[in-house]
Amino acid sequence: MAKFVGKSFKRVEDPRFLQGKGKYVSNLQRPGMAYVAIVRSPHAHAEIKGIDASAALELDGVVAVYTGQDLIDGGVGQLPCGWVVPECKIPERWPVEPARARHVGDAVAVVVADSPYVAEDALELIEVDYEPLPVSVGARATTEYRAQQIHAEIPNNTAYAWALGDEDGMRRAFREAAHVVELDLVNQRLIPNAMEPRACMAEWDNTTEEMTVWTTSQNPHPIRLLLSGFTLGIPENKLRVISPDVGGGFGSKIFHYPEEIIVPWVARAINRPAKWVATRSESFMTDSQGRDHVTNVRMAMDATGTITGLHVQTWADQGAYLSTFAPLIPTALSITLFSGLYKIPGIWGEMKGTLTNTVPVDAYRGAGRPEASYLLERIVEKGAQKMGMDPIAFRRHNLIPADEFPYQTPVAFQYDSGNYQGLFDKLEEISGYGDLREEQKSKRAEGKLWGVGVAGCIEASGPAPSAVAGSLGSAVGLWESGTVRVHPTGKVTALTGSHAHGQGHETTFAQIVADELNIPLEDIEVVHGDTGRIPFGMGTYGSRSAAVGGSALVRSATRVREKMTKIAAHQMESRPEDVYFDDETGNIRVRGATDDGMSFFEVALAAYTAHDLPPDIEPGLEETAFFDPSNFTFPNSAHIAVVSIDRETGEVTLEKYFGVDDVGKVINPLIVDGQLVGGVAQGVGQALWEHGIYGEDGQLLTGSMMDYAMPRADRFPHIETGRIETPSPTNPLGVKGAGEMGTIAGTVTVANAVVDALAPLGVDHVEMPFTAERIWQTIQAHS
Amino acid sequence: MGVSISLNINGEARSLDNVEPRLLLVDLIREELGLTGTNIGCDTSQCGACTVHMDGLAVKSCTVLAVQADGSDVVTIEGMAEEGQLTAMQQAFWDEHGLQCGFCTPGMIMAGVKLVEGNPDISDEEIRHGLEGNICRCTGYQNIVKAMKVAAQAAT
Repeated sequence: MAKFVGKSFKRVEDPRFLQGKGKYVSNLQRPGMAYVAIVRSPHAHAEIKGIDASAALELDGVVAVYTGQDLIDGGVGQLPCGWVVPECKIPERWPVEPARARHVGDAVAVVVADSPYVAEDALELIEVDYEPLPVSVGARATTEYRAQQIHAEIPNNTAYAWALGDEDGMRRAFREAAHVVELDLVNQRLIPNAMEPRACMAEWDNTTEEMTVWTTSQNPHPIRLLLSGFTLGIPENKLRVISPDVGGGFGSKIFHYPEEIIVPWVARAINRPAKWVATRSESFMTDSQGRDHVTNVRMAMDATGTITGLHVQTWADQGAYLSTFAPLIPTALSITLFSGLYKIPGIWGEMKGTLTNTVPVDAYRGAGRPEASYLLERIVEKGAQKMGMDPIAFRRHNLIPADEFPYQTPVAFQYDSGNYQGLFDKLEEISGYGDLREEQKSKRAEGKLWGVGVAGCIEASGPAPSAVAGSLGSAVGLWESGTVRVHPTGKVTALTGSHAHGQGHETTFAQIVADELNIPLEDIEVVHGDTGRIPFGMGTYGSRSAAVGGSALVRSATRVREKMTKIAAHQMESRPEDVYFDDETGNIRVRGATDDGMSFFEVALAAYTAHDLPPDIEPGLEETAFFDPSNFTFPNSAHIAVVSIDRETGEVTLEKYFGVDDVGKVINPLIVDGQLVGGVAQGVGQALWEHGIYGEDGQLLTGSMMDYAMPRADRFPHIETGRIETPSPTNPLGVKGAGEMGTIAGTVTVANAVVDALAPLGVDHVEMPFTAERIWQTIQAHS
Repeated sequence: MGVSISLNINGEARSLDNVEPRLLLVDLIREELGLTGTNIGCDTSQCGACTVHMDGLAVKSCTVLAVQADGSDVVTIEGMAEEGQLTAMQQAFWDEHGLQCGFCTPGMIMAGVKLVEGNPDISDEEIRHGLEGNICRCTGYQNIVKAMKVAAQAAT
């Protein structure tokens, strides 16, 4: 039956992008549109004593200026936090702060003008009287008793403390351990930098009192819910949110942002369409950022190198406010993965979520799972070193055996399926691991710094089920909707609550539906990103679209197929169990009959004419399913990186990269490999170059692409990928997630390679990113 | 205060009055001429999303003033495919899965066309070096490099 699933197809969405016809929000125009620009705090922490907009208001083309208090008086609500762990303290957060700015870039006033250039001019004319306040930065430092309080209602700048696992088991493991290894490490702040800056446009219909909001979101339905229920107050049935083509998200476009409230509020206030498009500088100052964990990790082993215990304490910097899903990332998406690919009986993870005068931190590609993999695979590497074992041999010694799935970890998750020894078999095969070590020996003999890094990573993707998410603090469900609508002519529209911003759903989801309905790919149109056209859906994050959204479409397509079977059986005077969808002709036929049967179109038309339907069948041909899976899926990987280091300059060169991934069944190999390779590049970016740096005064020192080192084409070798497939039993497609594994594995694999290269000098850890300066300093300190 | 300029845009002669001297070429293309295929990805001339051809050279249209384009021949992504027939570079990007979110793609294609021009045997290294000024966050560049190699061959 699988004519499409499992095969590479070129993406059907590509022709519009290739010709510059992408419908990104910044490209959209409405008649009479006004432009919004936002006055942002240049201080990391300051009281707003007054705002003088008189000069701006005199400028030709300026329509209005609004303060935070104007918006509050005009009915806006506070931005809520959608994931609340026990005893979590949620700071106040307004779309435009009325009294105090708490990070550089915090919105303090809004300008509306007839053109974007005039709006920018007006920004310069607004006088804000700031009273600067002391600043607190640093995930751990901010909790010290001398630190400046950022929110009066949240003592010690600590929003929550959360722990998970078996504390007694952990303590027992360390009491009885033959060997203990320990590391202090920092998972540095990253800035997502999707290539399309965020944008929002809104149009208010004064007659029908309907609002349409176009926004660069990964999940338009949850944004509509938050706008309606919390921040803007327009009834959900009068509010349409559209996320058309979105130019990358990587998590940063999941969250509810102030501008999504400001722009529709303005559009209604001035009764004109309004648009705001972020400059890249604004993106740096306002898009939720990633990582920023400070960690102490200890691992206990017995005399043979079997891992018996793990203790992790982390301070997670959440920035100035709790962004929409911020508390989820360090807790239920991180501590829960501390078992990695290994059998570890005694795990105890402790997490503090802290507040600083910096841009809020939330999910960024991998979201909690790269942090877990980083600390675990760094300490495992150190364990291998301590035992004098080869890193792959040490890992193999501790892997969960293939016959122990489903495997219950001590940190809540039950892994669905896997073959971890098989991963490493494949990795050794495609990388020629033995030869890499020989090559390393000869390079070292020549005096070169040459490292081979290994990592094995686990991911939890397709967050589910909703009831478990709720018990862990989620304010939303984590199911997905899918509708298959067969039109009377036999053409099909597939509606999905997932959202694509680069992942290729329009192709992949069409492949799924085409197989279920036995029709050509080109007869199916996949529609996403418009609350006016699609049943409520949860959107795309956590590598969930295929596993959850794809499965919803499988279910609805199956129901359509069953209905068509009944209609065709009735019309052909046969029994449903004798009717089949014929691969060869595309027709719906009766087994054993010599005639052609009915075409797909004929059965579809019959459903709509309804002249001759079976008695229990309603007219029409459209089914909707809401799929709530029984569990997450658990993709896993084994990667190798080879690096060389220039002794004189400290410059690190990534020489080779190999990645083997198990993402379950693969729907479109071309697209999946694209996700994995792109993911690796982002992971490597963190290891080698990227760092969002704040000064002690809370100023973002890496606030542009000239200062923040984005990965560039000339810094990468060819990335080799390999695959094993163990289907997930938790969804009908057998898929796991493919969107984040590359990023999760890429960072720590390169980190292990760099430490391996420096090992002959006695180095056992270096903090990321491995810039030439940092590595040069490390070499100097060890020679 | 505005000035008048004339330019050829995708083969069509256009005259514009009252162009502000500070107006960037990219804003002229997007806002005045309504050609939104040319994207803006940064504000420091780093990302290359706004790359167009001006008098036969690939330029970042955020670093050119509209008035500097007076009398020039400008080609944007909309001027590439003729009657829906993709160029070799566009086709190669499609075949090799050289794009994901598509936002950097117009700039990549415009830069790529000039990068491989007259160099059918261009190496991976040359392509990677030539792409330093174009940032893609999705693909890890691998399939972009592949696409450009294929297009370089096809163009001869």
